[in-house]
Amino acid sequence: MNCVVLVKQVPDPNKKVGMTDQGTVDRDKSEGIMNPFDANALEMALQLKEKHGGKVTVVTMGPPKADAALREALSMGADEAFLLSDRKMAVADTLATAYTLSQAIRKIGNYDLVMSGIMAIDGDTAQVGPQIAERLGIPQVTYVEEMEIEADGKAKFKRLVEDGYEIIRTRQPLSECPVAVTVTNTANKPRYPSVMKKLKAAKAVIPTWTVADIEDSEENHSRYGMSGSPTKVKKIERPQSGKSPCKLAEGKTPDEMVECLFKQAELDKARA
Amino acid sequence: MSNQNEETTKKEHSGVLVVVERKAGEPTNGSLQLTGKGKELAEQLGVKLIAVILGDDESALKTNAESLIRHSADEVYMIVNPGLAEYHTLPYTKAITQFITTKKPEIVLFNASTTGRDLAPRIAARLETGLTADCTNLLIEDYVDPRTKKEYENVLFQVRPAFGGDVLATIVSPEHFPQMATVRQDVFDTPEADHEKTGLIEKFEVNLDDSDFLLVTEEKIEYKKKTVDLKGAKVIVSGGRGLGKDPEKGFELLHELAEALGGTVGASRGAADKEWIDRGHQVGQTGQTVKPEIYIAFGISGAIQHLAGMQGSRTIIAINKDPNAPIFKYADYGIVGDAFDVLPKMIEMAKSK
Ligand SMILES: Cc1cc2nc3c(=O)[nH]c(=O)nc-3n(C[C@H](O)[C@H](O)[C@H](O)COP(=O)(O)OP(=O)(O)OC[C@H]3O[C@@H](n4cnc5c(N)ncnc54)[C@H](O)[C@@H]3O)c2cc1C
Ligand SMILES: Nc1ncnc2c1ncn2[C@@H]1O[C@H](COP(=O)(O)O)[C@@H](O)[C@H]1O
Repeated sequence: MNCVVLVKQVPDPNKKVGMTDQGTVDRDKSEGIMNPFDANALEMALQLKEKHGGKVTVVTMGPPKADAALREALSMGADEAFLLSDRKMAVADTLATAYTLSQAIRKIGNYDLVMSGIMAIDGDTAQVGPQIAERLGIPQVTYVEEMEIEADGKAKFKRLVEDGYEIIRTRQPLSECPVAVTVTNTANKPRYPSVMKKLKAAKAVIPTWTVADIEDSEENHSRYGMSGSPTKVKKIERPQSGKSPCKLAEGKTPDEMVECLFKQAELDKARA
Repeated sequence: MSNQNEETTKKEHSGVLVVVERKAGEPTNGSLQLTGKGKELAEQLGVKLIAVILGDDESALKTNAESLIRHSADEVYMIVNPGLAEYHTLPYTKAITQFITTKKPEIVLFNASTTGRDLAPRIAARLETGLTADCTNLLIEDYVDPRTKKEYENVLFQVRPAFGGDVLATIVSPEHFPQMATVRQDVFDTPEADHEKTGLIEKFEVNLDDSDFLLVTEEKIEYKKKTVDLKGAKVIVSGGRGLGKDPEKGFELLHELAEALGGTVGASRGAADKEWIDRGHQVGQTGQTVKPEIYIAFGISGAIQHLAGMQGSRTIIAINKDPNAPIFKYADYGIVGDAFDVLPKMIEMAKSK
């Protein structure tokens, strides 16, 4: 069972986000973390590997320092990592991002599953997973909370939808027809890396691929980065919510905090 | 992109298309809202509002099509095929792509539902065009590219929240057609039905083959309908997956606190999915929308689908051990701490006096 897992480095939601003049996220100014949903996708891949053998490969597209997300993935147990980094890849929208990642997946080859998080918490688009599936010409199952591989090599998925869930099965074994899967945050609890693995991951050599490494046709260079992106960010606003920030209760013990909360929120008035 | 000549591209695209989603044989409310908004855009552009609807039962689709005409569509196309009886990504992608390539609309709108967000990106990639996710507003405006200074007339401005709602981004796709967006449910009104209105209803043929049917849906499980009425509650005490250490105890404590405050117990989908509490208590996009005076969330992260159901509460209080949980951005008061440490004291204080 060979899985390629796509992990994205996203700005830490709790640090202030820098913006560029083009209205895109300034990744140089933002502290990066691994997109939380991608950790769920990676955990699912690692569990499949533990059960069925095979290999877990992680890929990210981003600036050179996005290797931190890959090292985190290696320390959780991924076998191999590739960083896609090139100025030509910068300012990509979902179409260009999916094209870039799919070219790398083709180069890695020999995969049964392509796994990603349902969405990245910066763009919140949830588009890259399905768009990669389209580029690779393979079926997709989105919003997957559970999956199983059966004795005949076919896969069974539990897919969340608005009013319940669906059970979906592949007609062919994954070895004949790979599937792209996007994984929900309720799927599992991502493991913590061991200290040993962390040390090892810190020293791992991570190959960096540029456009030239994943693209044979000169003509297709325009499919990367800004030139490959139909959408443009016209503007970004921070809506004035008018809401004052959350007042956190003070106190050294839970009891003190509860007392503080009751006073601040005038909860005693709510008493029946 | 592969240097298309945008002048010709734009001219040959005309009309606003809504891809209609069906549920239990009827167009969803979200789809009717889209025809309402789509009609507004079409009128501004002086073009037609087209709707496309897919399924296997022609007479049912015909009834739907008539309803869509009454709800502001000018033309409705029915794609009837045994392979389209239920939603699957690949056959729907192929059918709708064939339709778009033939009819060449300039704008295509989808619902930002689990179906729309599965389908639209795949179609956009096949058409090599842009797609904006989960829009909360759509406008027609002229656009000047700040880099090239090039001017574009009548561009679709697609407004959407990003960074978990921290920012509002306006996205344009001035050189690629159609301009495509998925649109969030319930931001636009459902148009009134006009019973006099008539319009064109026609069939559109597509070719599907075995290669489009690589997955099988074996089961669809629909959760039971709502039972507990949370709408009238003045106080709602809600629990989420953060009570996972001892869910039975956790919800017992919630019930106790709710009773002491004269309120009702609510839950996140995370908790309901784990069956810690009956589905009838679920708050959110697919649960109930509530507006109590006080909403207290224990161990709920504040996912967008949950917020959709409780953001209108007058006072929001969050108890979460993660100070960075998104719920704190929406809460008025909060405690960073373990729900199990906080609950007993809260019950004691609520009961005292
Ligand atoms: C189509 C669709 C529709 C959906 N509709 C809904 C809906 O209607 N309503 C809804 O709620 N969700 C809905 N969801 C799910 C939603 O995306 C989230 O997955 C869900 O709301 C998460 O539930 P949660 O906050 O309880 O769990 P989590 O996101 O896992 O959060 C648990 C929180 O508890 C905190 N915590 C952990 N332990 C403790 C402790 N001991 N004390 C205090 N805090 C603790 C954690 O820090 C965390 O913030 C939907 C999803 C989809 C895909
Ligand atoms: N630059 C990237 N590098 C690697 N994976 C990505 C990248 N962008 C998006 N993804 C993957 O696609 C998923 C959906 O992202 P998005 O469509 O941007 O919301 C993420 O959870 C990642 O798994």
